[in-house]
Amino acid sequence: MRGLLVVVFFMSAAVFAATPEDRLSNVFQSIEANQLDEALQRVDALIREYPNFRLAHLVRGDLLLARARPLETFGNVAKTVPTEKIDGLREEALVRLRAARSRPGDDRLPRYVLQLHSEQKHVLVVDSRNSRLYVFSNDKGTPRLVADYYVTLGKNGMEKTREGDQKTPVGVYHVTANLPRKKLTDFYGSGAFPINYPNEWDRRQGRNGSGIWLHGVPSAVYARPPRASDGCIVLSNPDLLSVGQHVQVGLTPVIIADEVEWADAASVAADRAALAGALEQWRADWQSRDTARYLAHYSSRFASKEGQNYQAWAEHKRKVNGAKKWIKVGLGRVAMFRYPRERDFVVVTFDQDYKSDGLSNVMKKRQYWVKEGAQWKIIYEGAG
Amino acid sequence: MVSFSTRLGSVLIALAAVAMPARADDVQEAGKLLKAGQHKQALEAVNKALRAKPKDPQARFMKGLILTEQGNSKEAIEIFTQLTKDYPELPEPYNNLAVIYASQGQYDKARAALEQSIRTHPSYATAYENLGDVYAKLASQAYDKALQIDSSNAAAKNKLSLVRELVGRPAAATVVAAAPKEPAKPAAVEKPQPAPEKSTPAADPQAEILKAVNAWAQAWSKKDADGYLSYYAKDFKTPGGEARDSWEKTRRQRVTAPKSISVSLSSPKVTMNGADRATVTFRQNYKSDVLKSNSSKTLVMVKSDGGWKILEEKSG
Repeated sequence: MRGLLVVVFFMSAAVFAATPEDRLSNVFQSIEANQLDEALQRVDALIREYPNFRLAHLVRGDLLLARARPLETFGNVAKTVPTEKIDGLREEALVRLRAARSRPGDDRLPRYVLQLHSEQKHVLVVDSRNSRLYVFSNDKGTPRLVADYYVTLGKNGMEKTREGDQKTPVGVYHVTANLPRKKLTDFYGSGAFPINYPNEWDRRQGRNGSGIWLHGVPSAVYARPPRASDGCIVLSNPDLLSVGQHVQVGLTPVIIADEVEWADAASVAADRAALAGALEQWRADWQSRDTARYLAHYSSRFASKEGQNYQAWAEHKRKVNGAKKWIKVGLGRVAMFRYPRERDFVVVTFDQDYKSDGLSNVMKKRQYWVKEGAQWKIIYEGAG
Repeated sequence: MVSFSTRLGSVLIALAAVAMPARADDVQEAGKLLKAGQHKQALEAVNKALRAKPKDPQARFMKGLILTEQGNSKEAIEIFTQLTKDYPELPEPYNNLAVIYASQGQYDKARAALEQSIRTHPSYATAYENLGDVYAKLASQAYDKALQIDSSNAAAKNKLSLVRELVGRPAAATVVAAAPKEPAKPAAVEKPQPAPEKSTPAADPQAEILKAVNAWAQAWSKKDADGYLSYYAKDFKTPGGEARDSWEKTRRQRVTAPKSISVSLSSPKVTMNGADRATVTFRQNYKSDVLKSNSSKTLVMVKSDGGWKILEEKSG
């Protein structure tokens, strides 16, 4: 029995344990080792299970053609085929291969995830250059890579600013809904998870548009080329389902970057400590009712959710805080994320428990902090 | 009607050293009529031959050809298929089956038949050319799927060459008897083929290499892990660059775990890469109480103090 298990494991490990992408990567490995028969067997087996995997068909075409005549390129389709039809598949092959070879090591953390709060079980990080979505679990506040997937992004690239620009936004978002397959047309595949683009910061920058979702692919295909969506983040249907298992509506952050910046745990911890210190000082100064010290935490470029500028905000706070005999502020479930593309720009969310002699309330709050000189300052604040 | 462009020039090899069947004249007559395009008369002639000798392979082959040219693919397929069953070592019926399948757009079947044809006759030029065309066609279908275009280009279908004659047919009775594959002999390597390019020198490195490979398989069959491992060179390239220790441990376990193992090798081919390095390819027939597998294997052998050792081992 033991012998059987050993042999069966030996025979099947390569076939069953791997994702379709891993298996495609095995095909390329066989090709590199000049094991072309093995490569063809592997790609045949892959296509039997995923008959819509277009890239696998392209590789199979090359492997078959190689038996008839020397190959000229990757994807030796007839010269009459328009190059844009084949370029997407070539790019898909490249980014999938690159991902298989450059998976981040355990000691690499996305620089953006400074702190997850206890109820955020996972965070999704999208890397545009590598057409990749990374799923990190929340291991006592520190992200741990659990899976990564090939994704299709906007056909016109990144940094969405306008309705219909067919770009994918860059920023920190969260999942706002879960739309099951039965509520969607086939185009969206196995499901969809809308995100909150445009967020407060986007609106303040004058960005518009809507309907940025994570979603699946039509049943006719296994995957779409790297740059093909109208701005959505598109995953193959099995991948969307497995990502979906990690998604908590209203909680799961989705950070979209041009290219993920990786950092080591120590530098992320230092960033986190600096921000946490600033936040705690803000809280303590608010509680102290020393409004000048409290207001020192706000940037002169500040704007509130309601549109108050710094002057209006300062005036309002002086009036309110000055009238209080006591204030107690408690912060819970604090999460902090650096913003991709921006320099020293962090979004902080928390539960705020405000008590005073006149008024008490509990609310979710979102702040954007920006570093001005050596100081972290609040540039936006509002209910989150 | 389906018509076939042909590459007859390369395939019309004289019927050599074949005992002519009794009704050879009728078959020959049918062949002439077929060439002249008189399909109906050709069919009558071959049917006459078959009435006298229904099992005659030459006559059946000719009838298959005539039916193919008439466009009667269904019956032609039946005839050629039966011929491949009765004479599995003959390449021509496989080739012609493949031509018909390809004309119907069934390229996977065509490929299987041609690969069979080449397996029976590794130097069969027509089958190779046809197979090249079939691979190209399969590749083009794969590309269509990759690009999601629906184009079965009918015009490009009829490129493959029919073979017109059954060549080198041994007497039917002995053929059938010899047809089943030889039972696997445990740990036995077939006699080495002589080096094709020159006459073999006295101290034949190829024989030494095969001896080593044979002994390796024997040690494996005996579950003699020490003996088995002794055939691997010190700088053996472990799969995936695994550490030698852990590789040895795994191999030791796999070699000793089954109750019984038999490893036999067939069709070994040695290619020398210089005086102290060679590549050996063969079919490896592995049988144990838990698993049977038949696979092709390549060993890169290197000559060291202790004789020929395995430097690399590749499957597939």
